[in-house]
Amino acid sequence: MLEHYLSLFLTAVFVENLALAFFLGMCTFLAVSKTVKTALGLGLAVIVIQTITIPANHLLYTYFLQPGAMVWIDPSYADVDLSFLGLISYIGVIAAMVQILEMTLDRYFPPLYATLGIFLPLITVNCAILGGSLFMVERGYSHSESIVFGFGTGFGWALALVGLAGIREKLKYSDVPPGLRGLGITFITVGLMSLAFMSFAGIQL
Amino acid sequence: MPPPKPRQALLDPIFNNNPIALQVLGICSALAVTVQFETALVMSIAVILVTAFSSASVSLIRTRIPTNIRIIVQMTIIASLVILVDQFLRAYLFEVSRQLSVFVGLIITNCIVMGRAEGFAMKNNVLLSFLDGAGNGLGYAAILLVVAFFRELLGSGSLYGYQLLALAGNEGGWYVRNGLMLLPPSAFFLIGLIIWALRTWKPEQVEES
Amino acid sequence: MQRDSISNTFTVAIGLCVVCSIIVSTAAVVLQPVQEENRVRYRRRNILIAAGMYDPTIPLEESFERIETRLVDLETGEFVDEHERIDPATYDPRRAARDPALSVELPDRVEEFQFDRRERYALVHLVEGPDGWEQIILPVYNRGLWSTLYAFLALDADLVTVRGITFYEQEETPGLGGEVENPDWQAQWEGKKAFDEAGNVALRVLRGEADPDDPHQIDGLAGATITARGVSGMVRFWLGEHGFGPFLQRLAEEHADQLATSPLEFAWQPNPSPRP
Repeated sequence: MLEHYLSLFLTAVFVENLALAFFLGMCTFLAVSKTVKTALGLGLAVIVIQTITIPANHLLYTYFLQPGAMVWIDPSYADVDLSFLGLISYIGVIAAMVQILEMTLDRYFPPLYATLGIFLPLITVNCAILGGSLFMVERGYSHSESIVFGFGTGFGWALALVGLAGIREKLKYSDVPPGLRGLGITFITVGLMSLAFMSFAGIQL
Repeated sequence: MPPPKPRQALLDPIFNNNPIALQVLGICSALAVTVQFETALVMSIAVILVTAFSSASVSLIRTRIPTNIRIIVQMTIIASLVILVDQFLRAYLFEVSRQLSVFVGLIITNCIVMGRAEGFAMKNNVLLSFLDGAGNGLGYAAILLVVAFFRELLGSGSLYGYQLLALAGNEGGWYVRNGLMLLPPSAFFLIGLIIWALRTWKPEQVEES
Repeated sequence: MQRDSISNTFTVAIGLCVVCSIIVSTAAVVLQPVQEENRVRYRRRNILIAAGMYDPTIPLEESFERIETRLVDLETGEFVDEHERIDPATYDPRRAARDPALSVELPDRVEEFQFDRRERYALVHLVEGPDGWEQIILPVYNRGLWSTLYAFLALDADLVTVRGITFYEQEETPGLGGEVENPDWQAQWEGKKAFDEAGNVALRVLRGEADPDDPHQIDGLAGATITARGVSGMVRFWLGEHGFGPFLQRLAEEHADQLATSPLEFAWQPNPSPRP
């Protein structure tokens, strides 16, 4: 059983890396990867949010949204299918979680809030978070699997972000043609990184 | 900053202040749906509609929105519009919606939409916000369509599903297709090159580093 | 009224929720029948394409009249729709595969199939002809590289010859693994033999070009080794003893008199039943 979770985790981190294999969360990925230090902060915030929201959305989907999910309230709801409300509910959960986390950190862990705080609002519009929830639903993970999956995807995304930030720090010393400076060369770097990650594709653990 | 003229609001984001090339917004979906011109076109139209109408709606109620819940209010409006688009696509463009799969849903987190709602629509009137939203959608569409043009032409030898270059192999043509163009990383390379071209044309956009 | 007052916050929040939910729900409810129809039509069209019976000029319903949908118990190989417990019209195999009550766990040695469980019942489609059924269309699936590949595989009444295949749902790399949707590639399945003389599932996708004279080989997909492996595994699993094997066995026995050519003897069968 432990092996199963380990393989799920490694798959989520390397083989199906949300940033480099599925290209989710690119806006923040490119915008907040200028230095390793900020990248670490954002990466940490993403791991925390991803680990909380994916299992939370899993509960929401299992007990409210999926066809026939509300039987536990009353058997007559067996035909109710609310899955079209999925998107809006997930984003609501994500936005709410981000807000709650922000307030909790601010109140009880001010030093941590000082480092992570500014990144939290960015996370609501990070498609890696919403994408993670959508993948979780599509693949029908169980609740404990969704926790591992959430942690794994968050970790993988953070890993890719810190990696890119490391490369960009070194790039500062390279002689890049003026038109490519900044964004242009970053795009090409990300392309090369994702080519490298594609070699993990299809590996069965 | 004085409010821009309507024409500016619409046209500026296409070349001078392109959301993808300059503001690094809305890239996620740009990569996955650009293998074929047709899906890129449908996606572009969906994004234009959503940005235009969400900016307009946010602007319409901008004086009423309490500041502390403004993000979630904007999110709700955007999400509702995206669900509408998604439902319509599933009903009337079934084949395309099958190929776009989760990426229609991910328009919600497309930073362009959110960015325009928060950055422009909260301060400007309805008409301007609508045009600004449409303009940013068009800027996104421009990049998306250029990328899709090259990816489909070089990767599959076709455009909009019509075979233009006869493929080598079983079909007996001459064009050996470029497999890299079909893989997502090629979209990064192409966007990188587009940015290079755009900045060579308009040197004032070059970043100092 | 104060913009940031608590009462205004609640008014805006509630008002917005009501307006948005009315718009979204109305759209969902109004468009649901159209979407549902699209899904059914898409499924039916692919069944017809697999059977080689699709003609865009004829209304779909008309072509589909010759096709009968039956529910099969995969363990026993029997049709179950007679002793009614599950309605074939509403049965959803994908949901069943996840439901412990409606699915079975597969033994570990089944390696070609990438899932741990399989649904207990499957929907098969029989093409009716003047003298009994002419083809049988089996729904099959397996995991490829990125996604699950769903296909319809049509077998001739001799239960050996493939009449066609359509992949109707997949999200493999477009242009590489995604080429399973290419009609030219699918066309070469027609006329291939699914089983060899000994009754083993022999049809497979190669890594390179197939020998045109070998009835069991299909051209590989360039740059898509893992997708091709998934497709080969799909055929081997679903036509084998854990898939439709028992069902095909039963059909072969029932129609032994009609099957003039090559009566099918399954190699995997533990105790071969006496042949008439």
